[in-house]
Amino acid sequence: MATVLAKTQSPASSGSAPEPEAVVVRFAGDSGDGMQLTGGQFTLSTALAGNDLATFPDFPAEIRAPQGTLFGVSAFQINFGSTAIDTAGDAPDVLVAMNPAALKTNVQALKPGGLIIADSGEFTKRNLEKAKYAVSPLDDGSLAKWDVMAFDISALTLEAVKPFGLGNKEALRCKNMWTLGLALWMFDRDRAPLIQWLKDKFRKNPVLADANIAALNAGHAYGETAELAGPLKQHHLDPAPSPPGLYRTVTGAEAVSLGLVAGAQLAGLKMFFGGYPITPASAILHNLARLKEFGVTTFQAEDEIAAICSAIGASYAGQLGVTSSSGPGIALKGEAMGLAIMTELPLVIVNSQRGGPSTGLPTKTEQSDLYQAVYGRNGDAPLPVIAARSPADAFECAIEACRIAVQFMTPVILLTDGYIANAAEPWAVPDPETFATFPVSFLAEKNGDGVVLPFQRDERGVRPWIKPGTPGLMHRIGGIEKGIDTGAIDYSPAVHQAQTDARKAKIDGVAKSTPAQDVIVGNTAGKLAVVGWGSTYGPITQAVRRARAKGLDVSHIHVRHIWPLPENLGELLKGFDKVLVPEMNTGQFKTVLRDQYLVDARPLTKTSGQPFTIAEIEAAIADQLA
Amino acid sequence: MNDMTPPNALGAKVQTTLKDWETDQEVRWCPGCGDYAILKAVQRTLPELGADPASTVFVSGIGCSSRFPYYVESYGFHTIHGRAPAVATGIKLANPQLDIWLVTGDGDGMSIGGNHTMHLLRRNLNCQIMLFNNEIYGLTKGQYSPTSRVGTSSPTTPLGSVDRPALPCAFALGSGARFIARAYDTGKQLGDVLKAAYHHHGAAFVEIFQNCIVYNKDVFADFTEKAVADGHQLWVKHGEPMLFAKGAKGIALDRAALTLKVVDVVDGDWQAAEVIVHDVTNRSVAHMLVEAPFGPFPMALGVIYDDPRPTYEDAVLGQDAKAREGKDHDLAKLLAKGQTWTVGNTAADPA
Repeated sequence: MATVLAKTQSPASSGSAPEPEAVVVRFAGDSGDGMQLTGGQFTLSTALAGNDLATFPDFPAEIRAPQGTLFGVSAFQINFGSTAIDTAGDAPDVLVAMNPAALKTNVQALKPGGLIIADSGEFTKRNLEKAKYAVSPLDDGSLAKWDVMAFDISALTLEAVKPFGLGNKEALRCKNMWTLGLALWMFDRDRAPLIQWLKDKFRKNPVLADANIAALNAGHAYGETAELAGPLKQHHLDPAPSPPGLYRTVTGAEAVSLGLVAGAQLAGLKMFFGGYPITPASAILHNLARLKEFGVTTFQAEDEIAAICSAIGASYAGQLGVTSSSGPGIALKGEAMGLAIMTELPLVIVNSQRGGPSTGLPTKTEQSDLYQAVYGRNGDAPLPVIAARSPADAFECAIEACRIAVQFMTPVILLTDGYIANAAEPWAVPDPETFATFPVSFLAEKNGDGVVLPFQRDERGVRPWIKPGTPGLMHRIGGIEKGIDTGAIDYSPAVHQAQTDARKAKIDGVAKSTPAQDVIVGNTAGKLAVVGWGSTYGPITQAVRRARAKGLDVSHIHVRHIWPLPENLGELLKGFDKVLVPEMNTGQFKTVLRDQYLVDARPLTKTSGQPFTIAEIEAAIADQLA
Repeated sequence: MNDMTPPNALGAKVQTTLKDWETDQEVRWCPGCGDYAILKAVQRTLPELGADPASTVFVSGIGCSSRFPYYVESYGFHTIHGRAPAVATGIKLANPQLDIWLVTGDGDGMSIGGNHTMHLLRRNLNCQIMLFNNEIYGLTKGQYSPTSRVGTSSPTTPLGSVDRPALPCAFALGSGARFIARAYDTGKQLGDVLKAAYHHHGAAFVEIFQNCIVYNKDVFADFTEKAVADGHQLWVKHGEPMLFAKGAKGIALDRAALTLKVVDVVDGDWQAAEVIVHDVTNRSVAHMLVEAPFGPFPMALGVIYDDPRPTYEDAVLGQDAKAREGKDHDLAKLLAKGQTWTVGNTAADPA
């Protein structure tokens, strides 16, 4: 992506200077300033303009941290352009800072020559103190390497909404719409969809709708007037080339929710979702609670354990049980996962990973629950693990998790992370007619010689699903070791050996039903394979493209099926001299690959709570091939 | 006052015998364990209720009592320690037609699973909860439990336990339970108590005193033994005066202290002694009965409280059904919801 708003560019955007291919904008303000909302609406407008995009909402764990403080800053970054966009962008071209704290915590990320838009009205003595500035950075020349546009957004907003007679506090809450109006002008966007959205949002309070629309229009008008002087200029980015079709934006949490609904429909089942509020996973429970017409029952349980146990109960009774959480909650669910493995009931467990251990970084992203997903239970307790690589990919992954769960009578873990859950990207709306169904059949009559054999396995090692309420098929299941076929309590040595082997073989066999591992970018053999999983997809794929453009022999492999691994992955990796595994943990997938294939996989790790930048991975590739 | 639960939710009453409710499994409780008596009482009661094995589900946690489902010829789920109420909630919400019997113990239901017990009762999930209280951890070899009396000597409390015991029925009432009953393993009234629990539409909490003959032998003998039963058992019955000791004693209200008191009844004139007539819908008296200390007071047994309220599954599924009314469930429409745009074959043309 180009550095687009550098000082070297000519002041007039039309004609003389080429338009940038991509722009990165970061909105930063107090957690009460509505930055996530501003970012979300700007994202929508970007999508409607036909640009490709990726976003990165980055907010504190506190809901309303004390105003003006450094730790209370909430930011939303969006990368958009006329070419394919895979990441939220390494460094912003534009930083909108609503107060001194927002400036201080974000300005170092800004590209040299980038543009700062600051609300000078908030640069008061008190706010400067809270941000630990001795002197206002707007005055002391410390921002010299950037362009600074500072104006009193607060006063301008108050002026714009004056006719509506709002109180000072309410009037100032329109600041984010003023800012959005300015941003819309900067990138030549249509205001109409936003105005309609505000009318809908404040349907019950038309005065607030009018005030916000007035603020939006005023910000837009300010851009038009301000263009005459200073570095603020208008840019028009052409739509990105995309395959024709219907598009919408989707966050990972939305995509998971929709994928689960689709998955249950494809299985021909009702869905039961047991959840317990936890950041950043709660959005899935919120979404599904509004989709009852799709045969979804949601249950806010008393704790994480009850959430998974209720889902297991629902699966036992013949629905598709689903539960969702983040790392700490998944840890609590561990014992119940073992019960689902032991009783061989279908279950989908979604883990929206966050920084850990313990409470860790509730609102920041990490990929550090891979060991937990693959290995984190007592006993030999294998279960399939799938990882989504992007918000849109999470839709297909959720369907895949449902398919494996019901076809193999097993719990399945779907890994996303805080970044995927919150980030939005354009999504080509899929046509459900094109999805392959996987209808479930329940046992209807005795499968033994006049007896029910609840654990009689088919050729794939899968037991029948028997709904309680079915006449004549009464039987008992439980977490205690069971006899072959019968399910009666039996923990004799030979039986435990045989059942452990059978459980392992069944899960290993899932790989026969999953696609062979492909190569995303580059050749199927060569000097270096960069092997990723989950949300590192964007930066890896861009970094590999750039490295290849420089003539480096490098390929990108991105693994969706973390367990069991694709059957051809070992052979594929053997075709490369070196293997590099970038991941947002201390090297967990690297260890799995080494263990499974005795391959000398090298780690590239990051645990700052922030996604990889393209540059970081590009540098690591160069290092490996030096 | 009882909404009758349909005797067989999936259809008409089913004719069965005790034998029909026995499985081929060898029962693995210690010889002489009180659990045997409870199992027999259940197997004897289910045919009398006309229950259908196909629509009956026994759900349990972990502990001696929780092996129960393996011995009942119905659907059964032996889950994990303390979590049976949560599993049962999922089962019932997925299929409210199923009749659920939850089997738990003082360790399973009051200690590791106390939270789930509380929430199941608060929500009022329609099921029967049988809490086998033997005041000890049996399956782990005799450690003291949350219902053990102060001074209980056990492997983990060699000098005697110092913490005060929980009262399961008081806990249940405090959690919002609408049905509270007490019985004991070998008592002939257990079947009637279970029938009342079955007919209560909602969560029915039954504490069953159970004699662990290995680790806490005869801990309830001071009211279950034949010789002392009359003087120390108060069987409460709706509409009848609270009399015990063959009618020579009764329970009355100490109006000054606002507590219960034991009064002597002379010549059967319980009215003169102001003995309370049991009203199963009186929550205040229920609280006093389950809190009354044994010793000064007899052990209150039978249906102590029974005042139904709408159940959780009716509320949830009713709300779900209402939310679904008139709404289509077209997946294609759902996926294309929100603000969308179309990309044409040449340039993008925002919708």
